[in-house]
Amino acid sequence: MLKKLAITAIAALTLSGTAALAAGGEGHIEDVAFSFEGPFGTYDQNQLQRGLQVYTEVCSACHGLRYVPLRTLGDEGGPHLPEDQVRAYAENYEVFDPELDDYRAALATDHFPVSGDPNAPDLSLMAKARAGFHGPYGTGINQLFKGIGGPEYIVSILTGYTEETKEEAGTLFYENKAFPGGWIAMAPPLYGEDVEYADGTEATLHQEAEDIAAFLMWAAEPKMMDRKQAGLTGVILLTVLSVLLYLTNKRLWAPVKGRKTS
Amino acid sequence: MSGIPHDHYEPKTGAEKWLHRRLPIVGLLYDTLMIPTPKNLNWWWIWGIVLAFCLVLQIVTGIVLAMHYTPHVDLAFASVEHIMRDVNAGHMLRYLHGNGASLFFFAVYIHIFRGLYYGSYKAPREITWIVGMLIYLCMMGTAFMGYVLPWGQMSFWGATVITGLFGAIPFIGDALQTWLLGGPAVDNATLNRFFSLHYLLPFVIAALVVVHIWAFHTTGNNNPTGVEVRRTSKADAEKDTLPFWPYFVIKDVFALAVILVVFFAIVGFMPNYLGHPDNYIEANPLVTPAHIVPEWYFLPFYAILRAFTSDVWVVMFASWITGGIINAKFFGVLAMFGSIIVMALVPWLDTSSVRSGRFRPMFKWWFWLMAIDFVVLMWCGAQPAEPPYSTISLIGSAYWFAYFLVILPLLGIIEKPEPQPETIEEDFKAHYGKAETPAE
Repeated sequence: MLKKLAITAIAALTLSGTAALAAGGEGHIEDVAFSFEGPFGTYDQNQLQRGLQVYTEVCSACHGLRYVPLRTLGDEGGPHLPEDQVRAYAENYEVFDPELDDYRAALATDHFPVSGDPNAPDLSLMAKARAGFHGPYGTGINQLFKGIGGPEYIVSILTGYTEETKEEAGTLFYENKAFPGGWIAMAPPLYGEDVEYADGTEATLHQEAEDIAAFLMWAAEPKMMDRKQAGLTGVILLTVLSVLLYLTNKRLWAPVKGRKTS
Repeated sequence: MSGIPHDHYEPKTGAEKWLHRRLPIVGLLYDTLMIPTPKNLNWWWIWGIVLAFCLVLQIVTGIVLAMHYTPHVDLAFASVEHIMRDVNAGHMLRYLHGNGASLFFFAVYIHIFRGLYYGSYKAPREITWIVGMLIYLCMMGTAFMGYVLPWGQMSFWGATVITGLFGAIPFIGDALQTWLLGGPAVDNATLNRFFSLHYLLPFVIAALVVVHIWAFHTTGNNNPTGVEVRRTSKADAEKDTLPFWPYFVIKDVFALAVILVVFFAIVGFMPNYLGHPDNYIEANPLVTPAHIVPEWYFLPFYAILRAFTSDVWVVMFASWITGGIINAKFFGVLAMFGSIIVMALVPWLDTSSVRSGRFRPMFKWWFWLMAIDFVVLMWCGAQPAEPPYSTISLIGSAYWFAYFLVILPLLGIIEKPEPQPETIEEDFKAHYGKAETPAE
């Protein structure tokens, strides 16, 4: 019902043909049914923990998460690690402390480190900085149904390698079906069985890709569940208010309008 | 206030009389709130209150956001992420503010097109219309500068492209652009002044809104028939009107609540739908995004800006006659600003003596074509500047100017209007039958 209401109401907005056109783009993006999609979608805590594991054991070798505070790993609605685990996890990283003028083990109050490889982009907002879906005709209407498609873009990149390579100006490029232009500088980071999941989930390439995409979506939008809750509360309260105001208005005007003739 | 005859505030108690002799503020509020309003106003008339709400929403959320935001090129992007992650309800404030801008423009476009259809710009309401256009211009400036503040890629490159328009002005362009930016390129000085002005302009808008309301409270509202309220006596006026409070306040607030249901659904469930993913990448002067696209509410004018390329004959002609001073880029800038100026001048371009489009059989068609044209231009603005979009943009832009400069002046002469009702009361009764006796 809610979805239908949203669709009808926003149809006018969509017709104005806005839509995120650029970023991401021409490559083929497959649609993945993530648990956090739709007005009632929530993050799957187990999936976020698996994604954190993939990030820690694979991605973090080159990439950083500079805007994500380590303490938020313990937040409800996120990976929700117990406090002692968050502290222990933080100690895995070293951060530069300007007061000590030296490196020290990270505390929970610190952020994740920045990218170790200067060519590797920071991943904090990657899931919101790429759009997987643009159509039809660049109107962005399918984003209404599938979402912007950032996590899908990440999954498609991670699973889109073809094993072809080419060298250009001393840099090796890898062919990727999802990447705009078709050639990407990042070597395939995942092959399947790259990590051993503590919860026993089979670490296939696709599973790993979905898990890391979900984790990065949380990293980019940690307050998503709060936001949906607030949105839902707002929608319900305002709907009730609308009904009451409709009745008030009808009653108020009835003596003026009398019987409707046309 | 002069205008439609109605009851005025009479202080009754001693305290009221004491205050009223010194400052008649209660009387001013009473007269403003109780203004006689044509009783046949339809649902297209509710957008004014939506706009007033938007202004308040933007100022309130904006003031709180400004408490946590840092206008510095090295810190701005991170401070927005700080708002999104660490500030209590910061993510809601920011999404309300960002999507609030979209609601603001959505409402203003309907409000403007309502005015264009029902001839609300015609005498004696030209000042209301002109002030409204000034508000709209201030909104565009405010929104543009606000979009720069998060210091994402689209912020930076949008600012570069739009301020570059001023650089296209012959002779003084480069100096003007440098003056606007506070330097040779978009940098810290630009971000700082945009932040300052983004905080200032909403209060200018608020002042203009007061003038806008003052102006139409002097002339009285237009209405769907375009027929004026009878002012011959208070009794006559009361047959055509109802006081704004409670009749129109309740009606408008009901409409506002329905609109806010949709607004909250967008903010809660898809807050980034109207945004641009590139703006979640920090500004980088060394990397140009593949497509630089403005926010949706600027797209029609962006399409007009890009439509006039150097191979269009009017552009070639203008270039030839001015010895190259007007090149394609400058022509595009002139066309973009011109497209808003012709809209502001519509009170003097429309020659028809009939106010409401309801009684203008030919005008109706041209009007709806213009409304469609606006949406088509919006779509073109989001597409890359290449065929077929460039051709469609050119046709769309040409129609926009033709509507205001050719069609409206001519229609007043050749069109035969349909008969209008004598009074607003007559129109109202045609819809609602004879009113029952009001209960007490």
